[in-house]
Amino acid sequence: MMQSKEMFDGTTDAASAQMTERKRRFFLADFFIRLVREKPLATVGAVIVLVLLITAVFAPFLAPDGFNETNAYARLQPPLTERADQPGRYWMGTDNVGRDIFSRIIWGAQISVQVGLYATLLSVAVSVLIGVTSGFIGGRFDMIVQRFVDGWMCFPGIVVLIVGVTILSPSMWTIIILLSLGGIGGSRAVRGPVIGIKENMYVQAAIATGAPTRWVLLRHILPNIMAPLIIIFTTRMPGMILAEAGISFLGLGIAPPAPSWGGMLSGPGMTYMYRAPWMAIWPGVALSVVVYGISVFGDGVRDILDPRLRGGLGRYAVAPKKIKKARNGSAGEAA
Amino acid sequence: MTGYVVRRVLLIFPTLLIASTIVFIVIRLIPGDVIDALVDERAGSAVEYDRAALEAALGLDVAIHVQFGRWLGVVPFPDGVGFNGILQGSLGKSLWQGYDVTDALMRRLPVTFELGLMAIVIAVLISFPVGIYSAIRQETWLDYLGRSIAIAGLAIPGFWLAIMVILYGSVLWGWSPPIIYIPLGEDPLGNLEQFIIPAALMGLAMSATNMRMTRTMMLEVLRQDYIRTAWAKGLRERVVVVRHALKNAMIPVITIIGMQLPIMVGGAVIMEQIFNLPGLGRLMVDAAGRRDYTVLSGAMLLIAGVILACNLLIDLSYAWLDPRIRYR
Repeated sequence: MMQSKEMFDGTTDAASAQMTERKRRFFLADFFIRLVREKPLATVGAVIVLVLLITAVFAPFLAPDGFNETNAYARLQPPLTERADQPGRYWMGTDNVGRDIFSRIIWGAQISVQVGLYATLLSVAVSVLIGVTSGFIGGRFDMIVQRFVDGWMCFPGIVVLIVGVTILSPSMWTIIILLSLGGIGGSRAVRGPVIGIKENMYVQAAIATGAPTRWVLLRHILPNIMAPLIIIFTTRMPGMILAEAGISFLGLGIAPPAPSWGGMLSGPGMTYMYRAPWMAIWPGVALSVVVYGISVFGDGVRDILDPRLRGGLGRYAVAPKKIKKARNGSAGEAA
Repeated sequence: MTGYVVRRVLLIFPTLLIASTIVFIVIRLIPGDVIDALVDERAGSAVEYDRAALEAALGLDVAIHVQFGRWLGVVPFPDGVGFNGILQGSLGKSLWQGYDVTDALMRRLPVTFELGLMAIVIAVLISFPVGIYSAIRQETWLDYLGRSIAIAGLAIPGFWLAIMVILYGSVLWGWSPPIIYIPLGEDPLGNLEQFIIPAALMGLAMSATNMRMTRTMMLEVLRQDYIRTAWAKGLRERVVVVRHALKNAMIPVITIIGMQLPIMVGGAVIMEQIFNLPGLGRLMVDAAGRRDYTVLSGAMLLIAGVILACNLLIDLSYAWLDPRIRYR
């Protein structure tokens, strides 16, 4: 989204840039008003996303401890234990080396947000690159590219991750880049709309009048796939966060002592869970809440942006009743 | 129908070739310093290598086109070994313990396959009834309940749920997953007991997406003209829903099940790890920990092949579901 905005501002003259800027602002305001009015659940999701972002950005101020600050005298303390070293409590207990789990959860938000944002952005960029070129150029190029996409799609994300981290070193950026490769398969979701839009009269007209391909792509194709792109973005992000957690849980991802929520569940998290269940419970709760929030927010975004699903969904529920009414002889119009 | 099937089956070969090319390229991407590190790590293990021997084991010792030919099995190896590549069913030997990779994979595959199949069956058993009910009784409290559970199923990470099941299973009922694998052939009931919980956890996660898809597609189909006609004919609801709506709503749902296969492999990798099942995923995680590249590349290829085969089956099932595809 950000990327294309920059691109547009580069290609339009000042006046129309101002216009689109204003339109875009109205669009955003309109979007959030509709979100709050029509989608209470998605609004809850939006709030969760906001809280997550704030937590990640302000983690240094919010967390009582550093993410790897151990305290040998406070090992395996249950939640709500008074702290001896400073005022306050261990809200979520401590782990096997006496680290405050609450602090680690807060620091962990940084990893989840970074992986979620960067991996999703990169993967959408990959999808756009492949989907737009393949769909727009079409013909034999499209066929060859699609066979490669087919071949790539045989490899599940987790296999790519497992093999990838053994070849590259397992760091957060390795994982982000490996996750972004998922955009290759996801390019299908971009290619479809592009092929549809390409057939529109205005695109054909632009091509016929000799508009450069770059212009056609940026002015006519990209703006029209913005809605699907935003939907892809929000629906893809939870999977990215879960994938990072999964690979770190397997012990192949972001290495300890980094406070990855998935990593916190593996190793000591599992070996100590009978003695200190809170070690295994909180990271999962954090993951679930965050993924839930992004998912319902994404659903709301999709409902608002996808015109095919806009309104009119409640009809079937009415139909049988009306038919029954009609059968019983009372006046009822056909749905 | 025959034309469609033949075309679809033939299409699998180029894809398989591309997939194996990808695996081949992946092995070539191993940086040189990793190979050095491997030589050091292997010192004292079951199979020791010097750099040259390791490169030979990885097939890195000759020109790249020869490597590719040998890997595929269309160019012979020297020293009377002859053709010994994918086409001959050979995937090399484990760098770590020297066992035959193909043998190991074939021993592990049934475990993962059983787990996956059970998960799909469970997912379908949950998602179809709930999804259909949710669609035909839209906006009722049961619909909301079903949808809420589905979203929760999407949000809760499978591995965490598995950990919680083990934790609370042991705290509340003193149950814990068996440590030793029970083969299906030896003790079917014990095997079922061992598989049912990981499979149910995977199925639950899958059913969330399936249920949502079933519901959406049923809603779309139920608004079609032919459904109104069916109602107008005075058909019973069961007939309208099952005979007219369900079959038409199935194609996207089956597509989704197909698209979930790769995700399911991910679930299987994690469940095998947590529940001590000696499947492909476990093998891969172990191999990754030891950077056993021949095992990893073999597993990659096998998984790709299985997914391709399943996608083929799914495409063929469209022909059964939709006559328009059948006669094209």
